Amino acid sequence: MPALLDIRDLHAGYGAGEVLHGIALSVESGGVTALLGANGAGKTTTLRAICGMLPRSGEISFDGARIDAATTEAIARSGIAHVPDGRGTFLDLTVEENMRLGAYIRRDRGVAADIARFCALFPVLGARFHQQAGTLSGGEQQMLAIARALLSRPRLLLLDEPSFGLAPLIVQQLFATLAQIRAESGIGILLVEQNAGLALDFADHACILEAGRIALAGTAAALAADAQVRRVYLGY
Amino acid sequence: MMMVFGVPAPLLFGQLLLGLINGAFYALLSLGLAIIFGLLGIINFAHGALFMMGAFVAWMLLNYLGIGYWPALILAPVIVGAFGLLLERTVIRRLYGLDHLYGLLLTFGLALVIEGLFRNEYGSSGLPYQIPPQLQGATNLGFMFMPNYRGWVVFVALVVCLATWLLIDKTPLGARLRAATENAALVQAFGVNVPRLVSLTYAGGVALAAFAGVLAAPIDSVNPNMGTYFINVVFAVVVIGGMGSIIGSIITGFGLGVVEGLTKVFYPQASSTVIFLVMVIVLLVRPAGLFGKAA
Repeated sequence: MPALLDIRDLHAGYGAGEVLHGIALSVESGGVTALLGANGAGKTTTLRAICGMLPRSGEISFDGARIDAATTEAIARSGIAHVPDGRGTFLDLTVEENMRLGAYIRRDRGVAADIARFCALFPVLGARFHQQAGTLSGGEQQMLAIARALLSRPRLLLLDEPSFGLAPLIVQQLFATLAQIRAESGIGILLVEQNAGLALDFADHACILEAGRIALAGTAAALAADAQVRRVYLGY
Repeated sequence: MMMVFGVPAPLLFGQLLLGLINGAFYALLSLGLAIIFGLLGIINFAHGALFMMGAFVAWMLLNYLGIGYWPALILAPVIVGAFGLLLERTVIRRLYGLDHLYGLLLTFGLALVIEGLFRNEYGSSGLPYQIPPQLQGATNLGFMFMPNYRGWVVFVALVVCLATWLLIDKTPLGARLRAATENAALVQAFGVNVPRLVSLTYAGGVALAAFAGVLAAPIDSVNPNMGTYFINVVFAVVVIGGMGSIIGSIITGFGLGVVEGLTKVFYPQASSTVIFLVMVIVLLVRPAGLFGKAA
């Protein structure tokens, strides 16, 4: 079966500076691929390049169709949702408006029911439904960013550092919820995460990015057992 | 004669009404400027010229096609708004991402060209435009006579300002606009066609200016320089209210019109400078403007 997302020889960067020097990775349908690496290795750049938010070259196939020349808008409509670096909360919008923006591409009648479902899953979003999203705490904004992305009913979720700045207990809850969502909806996830132990527990496959190149790739279990990965990324 | 604060009441209320009318124009114009600046980051110096075009299009509709005031109130903003769309698609679009100064220079140049073309064709002495028959005459309010047309201008400007505010603050379209003002690239990642949103926003702001132009046509003559008179004050209004604040530009527009009117009563010598004095004080005390957020 072909992968849900298949990337080959992807180059991307900001203006004159190239950050990604030809990377390859894939996400299986319903699978989780973790993208690990140090700060500045190009993890966030990879997600932005997939979304078409940066100039890029190379091959990106989503569900069998090439998307490497598509606009950001068309890529979103094809079924890829993004939880961006720093959460990307629209601070002046209410929680409800943030969520509805996530469902913008949908034309079906199930949006209200889905919003109710996420408010049940993340009760704080329901409690603060009409408040400005800028008043939420970091963890609450992370929940909002995930709910907002999932409200587009994507087939692929790009998650950029969901644990960043959150207390360990909140992180645990968040990943338990993500596992639940994954089991229910069968979406594929490309996960960028600083916390390598957490990411390798959650993922099926993993790649390690070093200075814009894939240094190591394999199953999450194999990488978690690799002596060098343990020393550099897991710290034991 | 009734006196208020040592001033004859009709004089006071007359100037107050004039202040409200000027305030209505300040509010409509600064509202469009605020919306455009918020999303496009362009300081639209062509705003006064587009206001003038609204008045001229109303005049042309009447004199060339026999189309009167009421249809012109809708048609002129649509026509000038379409012209704004064309400007945005062809020239203004090229400046996104550059320093604000480039947009300011381009739109300032566009204003000079547009005003020059109209002056060349129609002269600068002004063309007459009649008050529609339904709004001629005046109403006795007990304490003063109010010309009906002026009351209409204040009323309809207030309605249009509030409707625009509701559109931006309470509707899904407005939510997309506010979101794109915060982070346009991310809004695009939710499937929103941001370039189209930007074009329509510019056209909408321009249409508001043209609407104000039609309202102004029967008050003064239709004149190629009529925008220049307002635009200097309107930029001061925008600075005082806070760049990009919607409700701020409405309140500040009407408020400063009234302040100007009252100054005409109590200290006429200062009436043309009082707004700039307020601007200096606000900039010293609250540099982000009365309703602006500190960056």
